[in-house]
Amino acid sequence: MSASGFAPSAGVPHMDIDPFSIEFFEDPHPAHEVLREAGPVVWFDKWKVYGVARHAEVHAVLNDPLTFCSSRGVGLSDFAKEKAWRPQSIILEADPPEHARTRAVLSRVLSPTVMKQLRGSFVAAAEARVEALLAKGSFDAIADLAEAYPLSVFPDALGLKPEGRENLLPYASLVFNSFGPPNKLRQDAIERSAPHQAYVAEQCQRENLAPGGFGACIHARADAGDITAAEAPLLVRSLLSAGLDTTVNGIGAAVYCLARFPDQWARLRSDPTLARNAFEEAVRFESPVQTFFRTTTRDVEISGVGIGEGEKILMFLAAANRDPRRWDRPDEYDVTRKTSGHVGYGSGIHMCVGQLVARLEGEAVLSALAKRVSAIEITGPATRRFNNTLRGLESLPVSIKAA
Amino acid sequence: MPTIIFNRPDDRSERIDASAGDSVMQVATTNGIDEIVAECGGNAMCATCHVYVDEGWIARLAPMSEEEDELLNGVAAERLENSRLSCQIKITPELDGLVVRLPDRQI
Repeated sequence: MSASGFAPSAGVPHMDIDPFSIEFFEDPHPAHEVLREAGPVVWFDKWKVYGVARHAEVHAVLNDPLTFCSSRGVGLSDFAKEKAWRPQSIILEADPPEHARTRAVLSRVLSPTVMKQLRGSFVAAAEARVEALLAKGSFDAIADLAEAYPLSVFPDALGLKPEGRENLLPYASLVFNSFGPPNKLRQDAIERSAPHQAYVAEQCQRENLAPGGFGACIHARADAGDITAAEAPLLVRSLLSAGLDTTVNGIGAAVYCLARFPDQWARLRSDPTLARNAFEEAVRFESPVQTFFRTTTRDVEISGVGIGEGEKILMFLAAANRDPRRWDRPDEYDVTRKTSGHVGYGSGIHMCVGQLVARLEGEAVLSALAKRVSAIEITGPATRRFNNTLRGLESLPVSIKAA
Repeated sequence: MPTIIFNRPDDRSERIDASAGDSVMQVATTNGIDEIVAECGGNAMCATCHVYVDEGWIARLAPMSEEEDELLNGVAAERLENSRLSCQIKITPELDGLVVRLPDRQI
């Protein structure tokens, strides 16, 4: 059956779950299990889309970008049928062969070599942040750490002006809400988007980006002829869209894990070199980016299930990251786990191009905590922030003690 | 079944039977070779699956891509003439007996 038929292929289990409802977001794990166990491919009656929730199928879809394309949008909206709400991304929402050119530019700007240069300042900023929090004693681990730390390093690394940075998190939240269906979260975000979009469009221009930062380096690739001058601002926009809210939720997830699981906190404290892996495991365990869509470019079979051309497929990265077919004790947070192969950053040609920045930030924060803090105690209710794509907290009141 | 020999930094050696089509990184991470981290899972992005290929074997590997060459500039241990990313070495029957040395750090 095709997308216009609004019915799945025969034998595909029908799900009456809405994976973009507040009820689902409050506790997605039992629903993820239902989706995984229903079959390799499922169908969502409410949104008329296919879904994959097992690791093998999510990984397979991610790694076949010609069959499961991104150019028709990585949200529910099909750009072949609907106009995109903003000018289409030339990296996230592009396919091979065009994708390789823009991807190479961001890969180079965010390479391991560049991370080596940033490490010292990122680590120093994390240590200073933890010292300041120790002086306070009690604070909100989301606003005062998970948000404050990336905001103290990433916009500077990008080369943004000091003015207007308050638009960054609302813009990112908008982008990630926009991948969802036309529900209240998406509609409200787009309705309020004009000032944030205006800010971002302005900051992507060359004259607004400080020399030496990621943004200026992207524009320099236009001088080198790798991209056009018109493409450079769009690639800067990708960093503004995906570079901040994701690490905020990643760091928030890691602190929430370490505060909830004292044995794992003790393990990290006894060996602070585990910090990087403790962060990576939090990305697997909580999956800050929960889902993405692809669109089929031809009739295809996934694990024996026939799917027509032009169908949207919803990939549950978070469910894949806890698939018992792939992971031993999937529901345990284990700072020593071998995490390689998780899909928290995606996989294949579109795998998060900023993953090295995320890991550097996560490692810097957890390492500073492990060295300087003896105990993290949750002192009030952890409240959730709802977004169509991102999973994270709104608030996490904690108190910490010096080691 | 091709055998790959991993020499650890402390000179212990591991011989592992591999399947053609897998990468050397996959063989390592699925057989307890903890010196290979492979944070990005084999997507040629993170430079944490660095190996030194035995001199006798280096010329017998498919040449590296420009991307791999650039990533190798960012490895944690010293980059040498025989440095490669193990996720980019696909195992073929001709690589039976391949010897790689593991660096002392990846991050």
